[in-house]
Amino acid sequence: MNTTAFSLSAAAIGLALLVVAHWLGVDYLYFAGYTILQFIVLATAWNILGGYCGYVNFGSAAFFAIGAYSSVFWYKFHPLPVPVLIVFGAVVSGIVGLGTGYLTLRLRGAFFSIATLAMAVVFQTLVVNWDYVGGSRGAYIIRPESLEVAGLTINYIEYLFALMLVLAVIALVTARAIERSQLGYGLATIRDDELAAEACGVPTLRLKLIATTLSGAFMGMAGAPFPYYIGYLQPQSAFGLEYAVNSIAMPMIGGTTSWLGPLIGTLLLGSAQQYATVTISSAVNLLIVGLMLVAFVIIAPNGLIGLVQERLRARRRS
Amino acid sequence: MSALLHVDNIGKRFYGFVALDGINLEVQPAERLGLIGPNGSGKSTLVNCICGTLQNETGSVHFDGKVLDGLAAHERTHRGLARSFQLPRPFHSMTLADNLRIPLLYTVRAREGMLHAHGDLAARCHELLQMVGLADKAKRLPRDLTQVEMRKLELARAMAAEPKLLIADESMAGLSHSEVDDILALLLRLNERGITVILIEHIMSAVMRFSQRLAVLVSGKKVADGKPEDVVRNPDVVRAYLGQ
Amino acid sequence: MDISWDLLINALVAGILLGGFYAAVTAGISISFGMLDIVNIAHPAFVILGSYIAYYLNVSLGIDPILVSIIVLPAFYALGALVYQVYYVAFERRGQESLRGLAFFFGLLFVTEVTLILVFGVDYRYVEAAYIGPSLHLGMIELPLRMLVPCIMALALFAALELFVGRTFIGRAIKAVSQDQLALQLMAADPIAIKRIAFGLSIATASVAGALLIIIQPVEPSVGRDYIGRVFAICVLGGLGSMPGALIAAFLLGVVESLTSTFYGPSWAPAVSFGFLLLTLAFRPAGLMGR
Repeated sequence: MNTTAFSLSAAAIGLALLVVAHWLGVDYLYFAGYTILQFIVLATAWNILGGYCGYVNFGSAAFFAIGAYSSVFWYKFHPLPVPVLIVFGAVVSGIVGLGTGYLTLRLRGAFFSIATLAMAVVFQTLVVNWDYVGGSRGAYIIRPESLEVAGLTINYIEYLFALMLVLAVIALVTARAIERSQLGYGLATIRDDELAAEACGVPTLRLKLIATTLSGAFMGMAGAPFPYYIGYLQPQSAFGLEYAVNSIAMPMIGGTTSWLGPLIGTLLLGSAQQYATVTISSAVNLLIVGLMLVAFVIIAPNGLIGLVQERLRARRRS
Repeated sequence: MSALLHVDNIGKRFYGFVALDGINLEVQPAERLGLIGPNGSGKSTLVNCICGTLQNETGSVHFDGKVLDGLAAHERTHRGLARSFQLPRPFHSMTLADNLRIPLLYTVRAREGMLHAHGDLAARCHELLQMVGLADKAKRLPRDLTQVEMRKLELARAMAAEPKLLIADESMAGLSHSEVDDILALLLRLNERGITVILIEHIMSAVMRFSQRLAVLVSGKKVADGKPEDVVRNPDVVRAYLGQ
Repeated sequence: MDISWDLLINALVAGILLGGFYAAVTAGISISFGMLDIVNIAHPAFVILGSYIAYYLNVSLGIDPILVSIIVLPAFYALGALVYQVYYVAFERRGQESLRGLAFFFGLLFVTEVTLILVFGVDYRYVEAAYIGPSLHLGMIELPLRMLVPCIMALALFAALELFVGRTFIGRAIKAVSQDQLALQLMAADPIAIKRIAFGLSIATASVAGALLIIIQPVEPSVGRDYIGRVFAICVLGGLGSMPGALIAAFLLGVVESLTSTFYGPSWAPAVSFGFLLLTLAFRPAGLMGR
């Protein structure tokens, strides 16, 4: 299936989901659905750099929060429509991704990863000290009740859900397109053997920077609507642990070599967590995610998709 | 400068250990140069410095009339330099055919600016795999290959970059006599088409048969450079291999 | 003169004392990352674990925290050896240490932090000891004992490690394994066993570092993450594998952080280490005394 066909199919599925959700009209579905869609974007974004290219980003929370806080900034300065905020968040996070990459990607992958970890701490420090966006006290975002679109009045949360759905579709389509393109091949060679890739003529630094920028941009996009979703944004929640671990656990458990992996991983892990947070505590929920990450990394390094592929290959050979 | 490759007094140290000490070397277009030396003499380091995998600290490398210093390895490959690695480094997650597509996509296409039609690329990959006798394994993954087959893949991948100068780093280790002959014949055919070849090998019979000129590296220094039959009689060379 | 000399000198002194402590935290990374090339980002989590164990035994049995850390040293060593064994079998042997290894250690870091949250909650924890509270006064210089004692212990730990690596057979084998595994094998020493010992040692230092940490400051589970940037910044700035370099870098970082904290406010301190790390990586990746 080529990219155009896939985009249309994905868009159709997305539209169908929207219609069904609207018809069901249950607010909780919008809230839960938004979170899962947001993680689909984050996991897919992480995977472009982590799974396809082999460079581990531990600072997903920072890129996410940059998107969120740039929205807070505009809210205080001069409120803009959320779609514009999304674009702005993408640009700022993308630039930060490019900058971090430029400073550290000429060295080993390990240094890039450490830099992303440290970066998360630093951005949190910057935000905590920036009173204009609320600092450590946090910022209140008052979201409208509803919105007029094409003559229809929609619930605001439904609007946010729809936006995140569009982002998720765009992210998945982009990831799949990259996977099948020359860029995707290039990223895979960097992951497999960067030295050999260079010897074959692959411009590794350029490709890595592209991946870092794209990945950062998508994460910023996912973060931009967040203040409107949550109403009250504090650095602890924007930079929270769950973003760092989930954006790594979801692709690694689902499978890192394909666009399908982050999607499956998010659907499974995301729904499980929605359930667990309500029934058990959120800390136990995070513990389980962490343990699953460690277990999968040791036992099933290519995730669920990898396990399925192994089964198929074994069957084909016998 | 008529030489295709001119290595000008390059030096390289690793934290106090001198790997290369003022190496001077010239390779003429379409020449067949053999490079030999005991283990640890710096042959692979020299290749790494020429190809940009490592940066030499002193001296410079000239290729095709231009200075290569400061250029990344991939840019040197674009200019026509290709090498195989002594320990094969295939792309593990891709089939053999896809392994060969990478240099075609990123070097040949970049250089020529032409869009190879899909079929064209596939045909070229097949042709290359046939040349090294791996055509029937095109859809396999590198982990299914034997050591010997991986070396052949390594060579095929270097050839896929359509280089002006090909450096074959110990491509024949572990091969049987007939396989060595096959690879030699292949390299000779490439050379007849005008491709300059530097052969780094320990299999002396192959080196002697193949090389028009022989250079010897010992402990980071070049101790001999000339006609093969003269070099093997050079007392320094003999001493280096057989000891004092 | 706007700057109060009193404030400046005390900030400097505090920075030096802090730096000594940072050296203790970094000692472990100097071994695991500098010599074994293992990116153990979970190291600060082990340090915090050490802090909590010191806290628990101090509060329940009244034992001095530093004494606690020495008592549990063997347990930490064993833990380190176990972690390395898993790491080796699962990743190093398969040649997949980059992506998966990092994710593994991140998972460990994360699981440790969340477990501590579940067991101890997010409140800050303190220890009680005779030297927490009083200070020495030398003229206008104030030397709080709660910082002086850890600094001295840290330097002792550092010196002990340096001696071990430089003088004992195992220590030199560890140095050797970082440079030439094959040669080590030819000398009939098992490189994997050597690495396991080394890694166990690096985690053992975390036990001591943890106790020192909770003496200097109150601890809560997320404090570990502040230290990741610091320890790697020190390691890189000092030059990987160079323990004297790490010491100098640690003092440097401590002083700059202390000055920043005093004159710009403590909430800026975490940014300092990152600034160091970025600058070093961008301009002199080999560090001050790069190998």
